[in-house]
Amino acid sequence: MEIKSSGTGSSSENFSDTERWGSLITGGALVLSGLSQRSLRGALMAIAGGTLAYHGVAGQKSLQDTVTAATGLDKPLRVEKTVTIQNKSAAELYQYWHNFENLPTFMKHLKSVTVMTSTNRSHWVANAPLGNSVEWDAEVVNDLENQLISWASLPGATVENSGFVRFQAAPPGRGTEVKVVLEYSVPGGGLTAAIASLFGENPEQQVGDDLRRFKMLMETGEIATTEGQSCGRRS
Amino acid sequence: MRALCWQGNNKVGVETVPDPKILNPRDAIIKITSTAICGSDLHLYAGMIPTVQKGDIIGHEFMGEVVELGSKVNNVKIGDRVVVPFSIACGSCFFCNRDLWSLCDNSNTNAWIAETAMGHTPSGIYGYAHALGGYAGGQAEYARVPFADTGLLKIPDGLTDEQVIFLTDIFPTGYMAAENCNIQPGDTVAIWGCGPIGQFAIRSAFMLGAERVIAIDRVPERLAMARAGGAETLNFDEVEVGEALKEMTGGRGPDSAMDAVGMEAHGKGFEGLYDKVMQTVKIQLDRANVLRQAIVAVRKGGTVSLPGDYIGLVDQVPMGAFMNKGLTMKTGQTHIHKYLRPLLDRVQKGDIDPTFIITHILPLEQAPHGYEIFQQKKDSCIKIVLKPGLVAA
Ligand SMILES: NC(=O)c1ccc[n+]([C@@H]2O[C@H](COP(=O)([O-])OP(=O)(O)OC[C@H]3O[C@@H](n4cnc5c(N)ncnc54)[C@H](O)[C@@H]3O)[C@@H](O)[C@H]2O)c1
Ligand SMILES: [Zn+2]
Ligand SMILES: [Zn+2]
Repeated sequence: MEIKSSGTGSSSENFSDTERWGSLITGGALVLSGLSQRSLRGALMAIAGGTLAYHGVAGQKSLQDTVTAATGLDKPLRVEKTVTIQNKSAAELYQYWHNFENLPTFMKHLKSVTVMTSTNRSHWVANAPLGNSVEWDAEVVNDLENQLISWASLPGATVENSGFVRFQAAPPGRGTEVKVVLEYSVPGGGLTAAIASLFGENPEQQVGDDLRRFKMLMETGEIATTEGQSCGRRS
Repeated sequence: MRALCWQGNNKVGVETVPDPKILNPRDAIIKITSTAICGSDLHLYAGMIPTVQKGDIIGHEFMGEVVELGSKVNNVKIGDRVVVPFSIACGSCFFCNRDLWSLCDNSNTNAWIAETAMGHTPSGIYGYAHALGGYAGGQAEYARVPFADTGLLKIPDGLTDEQVIFLTDIFPTGYMAAENCNIQPGDTVAIWGCGPIGQFAIRSAFMLGAERVIAIDRVPERLAMARAGGAETLNFDEVEVGEALKEMTGGRGPDSAMDAVGMEAHGKGFEGLYDKVMQTVKIQLDRANVLRQAIVAVRKGGTVSLPGDYIGLVDQVPMGAFMNKGLTMKTGQTHIHKYLRPLLDRVQKGDIDPTFIITHILPLEQAPHGYEIFQQKKDSCIKIVLKPGLVAA
C-alpha cells in the first residue's frame, strides 16, 4: 500500500507531506480519515524525520503481499478513539502515560511493558488466548513533552504496530482531550487471525474500553469493577 | 448472606450467596436494614430489560449501617446509618461536577453496551442489568457500595428507616419529575400513573407551586391515594382521558403533562394492541401510549416530563404534534445525589411524610410474594419495604 508514495517520492512532495501529516496528527480533525491510504507508521516516521526504513514502508510488493492484498488480508487494522478527561491537565496525563510500565493498569490485553533504561525502547508482552502471550519490542518515534507520544514496533514483531497518543487542552473547564490512534498490520497478511488472538472479536471496542479505564483511573483514582462481586445461581 | 436473585421471567427467589467484599478503595459494605421494591424492578421481573442474567442480585432502593470501608472512604464511619442513591456516581467527572449524577461517565463497567445502543452511557445502577454495569443490588442482607465517599448520606438520629428510605429513589424521582414540569403559578399538571413515582410527583408538584394536579390511573386504591394527596383523578378505564383533560382545563389542556408510567403502559384499542404485538416480537421494547397521550393532551407551548422508564425504540410518536405545538420535553434517570440533602430537609421540616406510600412491610424472605402482589396490584399493594432482619409473622 506504500507503492504510490514511494514511487512518486520527490523531495518537495515529501516535505509537503510531512507538513500535512504533522498538522493532521497534532490538529483536531479525524486523523484516520485524513490519512486515507497512507500508513500511520509512515506518517509518524516522516514527521519525526525518520528514514522510512521500516518494513513495508518503501519496498516493492512481494508475490505474497500481492496475493494477500487481493484477498483483503493485508488491510491494516486502524483504530482512532478520543476521550475527554476532566480535572487533569495535559501534563499530568502525559506524565502517567509516558511511563509505559503504567499502561497494563488500564490496557487489559497487556501483561507488562518493560522500559529499557537509557534507550527509547521498550519490551511489550500481551495476553493471548489459552495462557499464551505475544511479545515485541517498540521504539518511541516522537516525544513532545506534555503533548504527544508516538511509537512503533521494531522489525521482527509478529504484529507490526504503531500509534500515538495526543493530549490537548479543551476550552477552560472542559478538561483535556486524549486521542489514541493505532495501526496494526501483519507482514505477509493473516491479520484477522493475529489481531483476534490479541484483541478478541472487537478490537475497536477494546481500545475504547482501555481508554475509558484510563479516564476512570485519572478522574476517580480507581477503575470501576464488578469482578469478584456476589451473585446467585447462574443457571 | 441471603439475597433476592433474578431467576427468569416473572421468577425471583431468595438464595444464599457469598457476602460482598470490598473491591476498590472507594467501596463500602452496608448491612441492609430496609430495602424497597420499585416499579423499575417490575420491568426486570417481567423480562423487559435485555442483559439481565440469572443469578443477578436485584434491588436499588436500600439503606442500612456501614460495616466495612475501603481505604479511601473518609466521609462516613463504621456504624453510621446511611441511605444509598440508586445510581452510582464518581463525583469527579464532567457530569457529576454539573450535578448530573445519573449521567456519570465513570460508573458503568459495561459502558460499551449502552454506548452502542444510545451513543453515550448513563451511570451504573445497582441491580439493574449488565448494560448498566451489572452491579449486585440491594434486596439482600449486605451490599457493596462503590464510590461510597460521594454516594452515602448519613441519616441524623431520630428519623426512622421508613421516613428516609425513599430518598434512595422514588421521592427524588417524583420531585425531579415535578421540577421538569417547569411549574409556574396557576399551573395545572396532568400526571399519568399513580404508582409510587406518580404519588411523590403529585405531592412535589404542589410543593413547587402547582395550582391543580390531575392524576390518571385505573387502580382504585391508587386513585384514592392520589386524591388524598390533593389531586383530582381520572380513571382511564372509565373516561377518554384526552377529552376529559381538555374539558377540565377550559379547552386549553394542562400546562404540563407527566408520564410516570413508562414502557409498560396499558393501552386500549388498536394502538394498545399494536404496541403489545411489537413488544412481544421484540421489534419494539417499549409501549408508549402514555407518552403519545401526554404529547397530544398538553397545552400548546407546554412541557412534557418523562420520569417513566424507556429503554429502546418507540414507534408512532406524534412528532408532528410535538413540533407544531412548540413543546419541551425533560427526562432522565434521577440525579439522586443532588436531591438527598434538600429533600432530607423537607422530611425533617415536616413538608412531607414519605411513609404515606407504604402498604406492606415484609421480611426479605417473602420478597418473591412481594413482587407478585406488587406486579398484580393484589392486596391493595402500592409500595413494599423489605426487612432482612424481620422474621415472618
Ligand atoms: N426516572 C427515574 O429515575 C425512575 C426512577 C424510578 C422509577 N422510574 C420509572 O417510573 C415508572 C413508574 O414507577 P412506579 O414505581 O410508580 O411503578 P408502578 O408500576 O407501581 O406504577 C405505574 C402505574 O401506572 C399505571 N398505568 C399503567 N398504564 C397506564 C395508562 N395507560 N394510563 C395511566 N396510568 C397507567 C399503573 O396502573 C400503575 O399504577 C416506571 O416506568 C419506573 O421504571 C423511573
Ligand atoms: Zn427505584
Ligand atoms: Zn461521575
